[in-house]
Amino acid sequence: MTQQFYVSPEQLMKDRADFARKGIARGKSVVVISCEDGIALVAENPSPSLHKIGEIYDKIAFAAVGKYNEFESLRQAGVRYADVRGYSYDREDVTARGLASVYAQSLGAVFTAEQKPFEVELAVAEVGATQAEDHLYRLTFDGSIADEHSFVVMGGQADRVASAIDLGWRASLGFPDAVRLALNGLAPAPEAEETAKPVPARAIEVAVLDRHSEEVRGARRAFRRLNDADITALLA
Amino acid sequence: MQESTANKVAANATSSFTEHLQRDRPELLPFNRSGQGGATAAAPLQVPHATTIVAMSYNGGVLMAGDRRATMGNVIASRHIEKVFPADRYSVLGIAGTAGIAIDLTRLFQVELEHYEKIEGTLLSLEGKANRLGAMIRGNLPLALQGLAVVPLFAGFDTSAGVGRLFSYDVTGGRYEEHEHHTVGSGSVFARGALKKLWRPNLSAEEAVSVAIEALFDAADDDSATGGPDTVRRLWPVVYTVDNTGTRRVADEQLAAASLSVIEARTIAGREA
Repeated sequence: MTQQFYVSPEQLMKDRADFARKGIARGKSVVVISCEDGIALVAENPSPSLHKIGEIYDKIAFAAVGKYNEFESLRQAGVRYADVRGYSYDREDVTARGLASVYAQSLGAVFTAEQKPFEVELAVAEVGATQAEDHLYRLTFDGSIADEHSFVVMGGQADRVASAIDLGWRASLGFPDAVRLALNGLAPAPEAEETAKPVPARAIEVAVLDRHSEEVRGARRAFRRLNDADITALLA
Repeated sequence: MQESTANKVAANATSSFTEHLQRDRPELLPFNRSGQGGATAAAPLQVPHATTIVAMSYNGGVLMAGDRRATMGNVIASRHIEKVFPADRYSVLGIAGTAGIAIDLTRLFQVELEHYEKIEGTLLSLEGKANRLGAMIRGNLPLALQGLAVVPLFAGFDTSAGVGRLFSYDVTGGRYEEHEHHTVGSGSVFARGALKKLWRPNLSAEEAVSVAIEALFDAADDDSATGGPDTVRRLWPVVYTVDNTGTRRVADEQLAAASLSVIEARTIAGREA
């Protein structure tokens, strides 16, 4: 029988937070940008099938960084939550705020109660009729929730990417410019005397929430995943 | 211990919204509401019933149309009811039978398909959709035995085979693939008789819309529970087409024109139909 050492709660939480932060920092970054045409979600992701970006509901999308199994279970839980809510009340009663708050509570409960915290960071985005009605929430591993404006950057190089995007972000951006801006931000820092190389189309995952999906596509569901050809066409 | 955790995760992994509800919120399922203590066979419950649906294939897709009447005994419960719905991008379903349960089943089916698509990241195959609908109808069997039956008709575009297909059901959830055309509901015998004479291979989409309207007209002519085109209120049948570009609701102007031309042709003919 080993001796149980006393660990102060502060130390315990700090250790857990450091552990989660290290896990997240190893991953690649994800950018969520609100713009004129809607919300663009861009992730650096070499896999064409293991998505980091997903559809939750009519106007709501999800983006995540960290451990795939952990954020995938959260994504599925989010889809279930939204579908049950929309089915039992009405479709318009499903909001990003409600979903983000459920995520915050789940992440908070896992952070304090489970063996190990989730090594994930999430963004929940809801596109509105106007840009002022867009909602972007960032959720961290300990259940903290932040209401962000204009854009969210998560993952390994978040600070560097965020500062690059901050320089170029304007409210009037369309999808092509927004995605281009995100790609420039995600491009790896240039080595000495070398210009930054853009990320190739097959190594990125792009999805958008169309602001006017009803008028343009006749679809209630605003989420649209772009394949390699779509991305190339968008950036051309 | 490890193995049982893995088993639990695998057992809990479902892409089906219905299964999820069954496990977590069974009270939300339309067919789990207990119908006990209500109707008996001797005194059937007086609730609105939805009536005739026709469906047919045409060159490049399938079409489904439904009249706008719901009846409750000898009373018209609704003149505006819509009984044909898009299930997802590539399929539509029409419902006949107890309207309340049918509309809830439709909503559940729509969420079921969308839920699968979101969880799995891909559309369910047309056969898969048809089977899921059959399972839901089977779930409603206890209520059907109390007189609250729902009988759907399902049509969709099979994107892998590149053809439109039709499926009919019985109250036990039995699923039957239909060819050329099919009808369900109280006026279905009359509509089917009309379709046998009017339908031919390789109809264009516009011709198919006219054929559907004429078949519903014949059903309304002989079945009191089926509503004909209402020129006073300007109510026309609900018609959806499905082809390789997806589902499309036929515009009211086209339906009005097709309905009025059927009425005009029959007025000119001036015969006992």
